[in-house]
Amino acid sequence: MAESPLSIEQTGVTSPATRKRPNAILRLLRYTLLKIITLGAAVVIGVYLTILVANMGGYVDEIMKGQIQEQVMLTVSMDPKMKVLSQAERTKIIENRIQLEVERLNLDEPFIKRSFGFLWDALTLNLGRSLKLSSDTGSRQVRTIILERLPSTLLLMATANLLLFFTSLFISLYLSRHYGSFLDKLVIGLSPASSAPPWFYGVFLLLIFAAVLNVLPFGGMVSAPPPEKLGPYLLDLGKHLILPVTAWMLSYIFSSVYSWRTFFLIFSMEDYVELARAKGLSSRAIERRYILRPTLPNIITSFALMLITLWQGAILTETIFNWPGLGEMLYSAIQNFDSPVIIGSTVIFAYLLAITVFSLDFIYALVDPRVRVGSGGPKS
Amino acid sequence: MKGLLRNFKQYPSAIIGSILVLILVGIAIYTVIAIPYDEAIDQWRGGEDVRGAVPKTARPIYVNWFTSKKLPSTMVLDTTDPVEGVEKSEQDLGKGLRDINIVFRFDFNADDFPQELQVVMTSKFEDKNPFATLTWIKPDGTEIDLGDIGIKHSEIYRFQDSNLVEELQGVAPHIALFAVPESDPPEPMKGTYELHVDAIVFEEEADADAKFISFGQVHGIAGTDTRRRELSLALLWGTPIALSFGLLAAVGTSFTTMFIAATGVWFGGVVDESIQRVTEINMMLPFLPFLIMVGTFYSRSIWTMLAVVILLSIFGGSIKTYRAIFLQVKESQYIEAARSYGAGNWRIITRYLVPRIIPVLIPGLVSAIPSYVFLEASLAILGLGDPILPTWGKVINDARMSGALYNENYYWILQPAVLLMITGLGFALIGFALDRIFNPKLREV
Repeated sequence: MAESPLSIEQTGVTSPATRKRPNAILRLLRYTLLKIITLGAAVVIGVYLTILVANMGGYVDEIMKGQIQEQVMLTVSMDPKMKVLSQAERTKIIENRIQLEVERLNLDEPFIKRSFGFLWDALTLNLGRSLKLSSDTGSRQVRTIILERLPSTLLLMATANLLLFFTSLFISLYLSRHYGSFLDKLVIGLSPASSAPPWFYGVFLLLIFAAVLNVLPFGGMVSAPPPEKLGPYLLDLGKHLILPVTAWMLSYIFSSVYSWRTFFLIFSMEDYVELARAKGLSSRAIERRYILRPTLPNIITSFALMLITLWQGAILTETIFNWPGLGEMLYSAIQNFDSPVIIGSTVIFAYLLAITVFSLDFIYALVDPRVRVGSGGPKS
Repeated sequence: MKGLLRNFKQYPSAIIGSILVLILVGIAIYTVIAIPYDEAIDQWRGGEDVRGAVPKTARPIYVNWFTSKKLPSTMVLDTTDPVEGVEKSEQDLGKGLRDINIVFRFDFNADDFPQELQVVMTSKFEDKNPFATLTWIKPDGTEIDLGDIGIKHSEIYRFQDSNLVEELQGVAPHIALFAVPESDPPEPMKGTYELHVDAIVFEEEADADAKFISFGQVHGIAGTDTRRRELSLALLWGTPIALSFGLLAAVGTSFTTMFIAATGVWFGGVVDESIQRVTEINMMLPFLPFLIMVGTFYSRSIWTMLAVVILLSIFGGSIKTYRAIFLQVKESQYIEAARSYGAGNWRIITRYLVPRIIPVLIPGLVSAIPSYVFLEASLAILGLGDPILPTWGKVINDARMSGALYNENYYWILQPAVLLMITGLGFALIGFALDRIFNPKLREV
């Protein structure tokens, strides 16, 4: 999540000398097309792999057939009207009903053929109906289930991630100005703390604030029953947010600050920054014009990648804090072999990621005049 | 190598980290030798009979070192294994009748009550089973009749005799029998207690034995869980598992990734291109959900998980970092020299390209170990821990599932968590120092 900005490659950096060639537009088009094709292919293959795994290579079909058989046998044997029929007739009725149900669900077709059907449905965002999970309103539509969980995940993840992102950016800028100070050394010393995931800090936080001090709730999003007025409701929501957000921050902030700080330090040692300093510019102006400007593409990349990870929710953090979000939904979908929900969640993630990666190239060109889309350099 | 060691010593963090890791490795080796795998599995997964006199969710013994209120520990007094305070005498009553008189005498000095009391009685007889009367004598001399019981081969008296319950007026026997009379809330009476078991046997060859168990509130160095299992076992065995999982995953992932990156860069063209495409596909696959799917659908075995983790991480983000470095190295003159004297592709990759990346690889590898150790724990939190092996993550998950936080059994969750933290800290500290040693450029900033 908090990936080191140092590892992010700048795409297509080229010297200004090669600018303004006549075939620039043609090359741009070719590059765009190539990028769309490769990313599209990655999405298709990725989603197909997910379909294969989520259906256990067709084994989920067998499970479903077994369930249908059991269900039909049970209803027929419980039906008093069937009792008068002979054994042979009953068997025939059972077989007929099973056949009907299997055909209704297209289970008689080979899995390979069905899997391509799934793929097409997934890619066209025709998410279909879930097998077991249902939304709070009782709907079986995967779309409804996902949309219902989206706000709560966004609330948690956006609060946590935005807070993390901007706090670490500001702290790291401050530290890069005061490098070598006590605070700087403290952050460096604490950066190993980030090897522990948020749920781990969550356990400690729950222990301290929920179990021992008993000041904050053990989990969930609102108290039961939820407060009726808006004010108390929001307050209650905020109270439930504190621990998961703190756990998230504790886990990521130190390494995030550390890597941004190092990154900014590298840039602040450039000759042009030294020159600006020599000219007597204020440190604020240096920061804005000579440090933040050239690092903007990296900041944007990091921000964009952070935004799409919001989509997946945080399976573990949501599980530890009983937060009813997308991560928790995905987890229970997997537990229930609910492949449509798993595939739906994956395909949306894949699309979001592909779109982000694709548009980052163009955003780079917009914010950084040194970058031109589609020019040579190392491809990403 | 000597220089490396000297450099290493300059970082106090590296020394602390190495000490932590060495301690963990020591514990791991000790565990594997002292408690063989099969024995550990038996003890962890066997029934209550395997475990004997182990109380439920008892705190670790060290709790008593920090509190002024001393909790009682488990005490076992057995006539077949007599220690001081256990007496067994016989008295002939004539007509073939004999009175076997068993006295358990013990000092009780704890500030709280035991958790549960039991007398396990065994007998040998042909036709008529022995008959026992149990009496409890408090330090102040009060005698309490615990009731009578016929001993059929093996009988467990749980202090639930109806007369006794009535006499104690509904107070639980393990409290009432130790309480100062009229104290509210009940306070334990300190001093020497006696439990008399008078067994009348009716046959020449007949015999009776008894075992008194007072289940304590503290047990073992790490306490116990709700299923009367000693947590020390799981914590000890969790060490080699966590270390090997972390190490294997980190080594497997980073070396394979590096090798693939080197191959791609060296051959270029289609090879490089396809590696890049695979990386893109891998990026589309959600890592944790994929792991959970494999765990739920196929196998929860820790080794399957390890394989999937490595498989999914090979084509991860680090391939790009390695690739960028290899692209630079590839153009170096010494590579050209190697090529001109006729070195083969394989030789150039393994002898010329790969060694150049070690400075980046080693610190990354060491720093990656904790994240894999935590990953194993994360899977256990989701109920996907290894079905057989006891691991730290599984202990945390068990504790969570049994509501250890609500029931104030903090030790249950804290101990594995602290071990995880020590492991994470140890490797992270070493990795951090290595990073600065191998990449001196970083040292300045």
